[in-house]
Amino acid sequence: MDILYQLVQNTYVSMTVLLIVALGGLLAERSGVTNIALEGIMIMGAFIGVWSIQGLEVYPYSGLTKFVIFVVSVSFSVVMSWGLSLFIKRLFKKDTYTLFKKNFSQKKVIFAICALAAFMLAILFFVWLVNTQIHVQFILVMGMMIGGLVGGLYAMIHAHASIYMKANQIISATALNLFAPAFAIFTARFLQGGQQIPFSSSFLIQEVPVLSQIPIIGQLFFTRVYLSFFIGLALLLIISIIIFKTKFGIRLRACGENPHAADSLGINIYKLRFVAVTLSGVFAGMGGVIFVVTTSTEFNVTVAGFGFLAIAVLIFGNWRPSRIILAAIFFGFMRTIASSYSIIPFLNDFGLPREFYNMIPYIATLVILAFFSKNSRAPKALGQIYDQGKR
Amino acid sequence: MTKMKKMMKKFFITLKPSLIAIGFGLLIGLIVMLIFNPGDAFPALFTLLIGGFNGGLIGIGNMLYQAAPIILTGLAVAFAFKTGLFNIGASGQMMIGAYVAIYIGVKWELPGGIHWIVAMLIGTLAGGLWGLIPGLLKAISNVNEVISSIMMNYIAGHLLIFLIRTTIFNGSYSRSMNILPTAQLPMLTSIFPGSSANIGILIAIAVAIIIHIVIHKTTLGFQLRASGFSMDGSKYAGMNTKANIITAMSISGLLAGLAGALAYLVVGKTIGTAFEIFPQGFDGISVALLGLGEPMGALFAGLFLSNLRMGGFYMQTYGFVPQIIDMIISVIIYVTAISIALQAALKVYGDRLRAWFKNRKLKEEV
Repeated sequence: MDILYQLVQNTYVSMTVLLIVALGGLLAERSGVTNIALEGIMIMGAFIGVWSIQGLEVYPYSGLTKFVIFVVSVSFSVVMSWGLSLFIKRLFKKDTYTLFKKNFSQKKVIFAICALAAFMLAILFFVWLVNTQIHVQFILVMGMMIGGLVGGLYAMIHAHASIYMKANQIISATALNLFAPAFAIFTARFLQGGQQIPFSSSFLIQEVPVLSQIPIIGQLFFTRVYLSFFIGLALLLIISIIIFKTKFGIRLRACGENPHAADSLGINIYKLRFVAVTLSGVFAGMGGVIFVVTTSTEFNVTVAGFGFLAIAVLIFGNWRPSRIILAAIFFGFMRTIASSYSIIPFLNDFGLPREFYNMIPYIATLVILAFFSKNSRAPKALGQIYDQGKR
Repeated sequence: MTKMKKMMKKFFITLKPSLIAIGFGLLIGLIVMLIFNPGDAFPALFTLLIGGFNGGLIGIGNMLYQAAPIILTGLAVAFAFKTGLFNIGASGQMMIGAYVAIYIGVKWELPGGIHWIVAMLIGTLAGGLWGLIPGLLKAISNVNEVISSIMMNYIAGHLLIFLIRTTIFNGSYSRSMNILPTAQLPMLTSIFPGSSANIGILIAIAVAIIIHIVIHKTTLGFQLRASGFSMDGSKYAGMNTKANIITAMSISGLLAGLAGALAYLVVGKTIGTAFEIFPQGFDGISVALLGLGEPMGALFAGLFLSNLRMGGFYMQTYGFVPQIIDMIISVIIYVTAISIALQAALKVYGDRLRAWFKNRKLKEEV
């Protein structure tokens, strides 16, 4: 039974990364843009994210660290105020306000109020952060936020090329994949001496306070897990709701199926796709940080092909969040078998060489894709360049 | 004379996006170098551009030796691209080709003139078989070839370690064994003394010409290109699109396998047992995209990239990391991808600038 628990806990590690990155890929592909650049975006996010984690571990903080904390808290406040203003808007019905003899739309006013409040909060937060040594889990969240931010910015390059400049989506994504590791090695060697970026804290939660005492569930879900596991599950829930229950979601899906029809109904395809690809970059950047933090003790310019694996998970998951989680669990379990077959009694008795176990996840992917791809339903406009002038 | 001029103009127009892209790439590279080390940036860029020629005949010879596999993987990617397939698995096919070639080079004992040819051809075939698998998966059960060929890369990487450890393992260096001297490709030492230039570059050039002819002058090539333009259209015209996919992927695999054989049929060149996916396959993607998906384009792009890499090697004397090459190449690829929109934008701004100058001149005259 202990072995089983251990296997399950190990499965969560790869599962979380694959789940989060695949959800990012889902957003992009549902809007009709293939994003093979996930791998490069993960490397970019992990590079900056892990670097800032390294910076946050050293107390008292240097000027650069303070600056980074400031930027992150401000940008987080902007995002939060945007979300809040969308939420608050639903509570009121009035359309415009007259302010100094000038008409403002209600959305702008609420946004301004929210932004002001969030900005004040961010400043308070910043002051508090700089004067206290942060809790370990907080460092992780901070690193993820920074990784997500960088990933989003980096994905905008792909988005701009493939949406506004009408470039081939695979080519521009390949360029991003090539640029990220080169940039990471170049910058890290120049500024740090070596290409590895080590960090010292361990982010593993040994036991979640009360919940770990529940008989079986406590062992399965609440002992020896990372915070990122819960964040991943929360994101899964949020993304499923966004895609299937909100206005944005239905527009996104329409945009991936038949952009011209959606455009004729007044949806701005370019803007929607840009937002979707940027969000996918945010997810991939966060995934990159989580990958490095949970599987290693240093960033070494690789995410072990998880960006590509996440695309496989996405295809195997048939572009649906509910299936993506199953696919991610499957892949995570396969990888766990590959890495820890020696603790499983009957697999160890086979005496197969290590390389075969390492191949298993990839062979299993191929076999499963061969069986499931026949009736897979990709978004119809996937990979097509959208041109308003075309019919 | 006018015909010549017309041809030159046509040549320039086809080359224009690449030239713009290369200009942008070098500019970004220069800016990055200026940020990190302003003093040495310009001499370093100069060294980078001159590339293999820094080292005289030895440098040129090494540049040509390195160019052969890159050209061939570039051809592999370009060939699949013509059929609308993206063969990201050239690395895996190349690894399998290299392993089989080395295995024959070590284990078989054949007379001098035949040994390397046999090793090369069977290595090529092995690469073709490895490329056949994603093709079959795509044709039969519609598996996305990008994903399946990436998976094949990883499988090849792990399989290679296992095969080397069990068959041709050199325990004292923990690498594969050295090939027999008879299996070595004929060297071009008389032209480039002291370098590792061999007949590989000539083979690569010949293959590039053959592929050009196959794509542009034969029925097979026409069918493949038609499938690339429109799967449904070519099916409607009575072509067997599934067979086309399989053919394209296998030929692509053959080319990548040949690249592996050429790169490793050299005495002293061995494969280690640490997990690694050969970078030449990804270079092949850059080369194919840089060459605008044309075989002859891939030939020149391969030489260009190989020259840049040699330049990166010589540039290390200025303290720059050779990864700057990858950054430059990625910018070049990116700009090539957006070149259509970029050219339109450049034209608009150029016209505006011209109009502005014209207006100024008119004002001055008034």
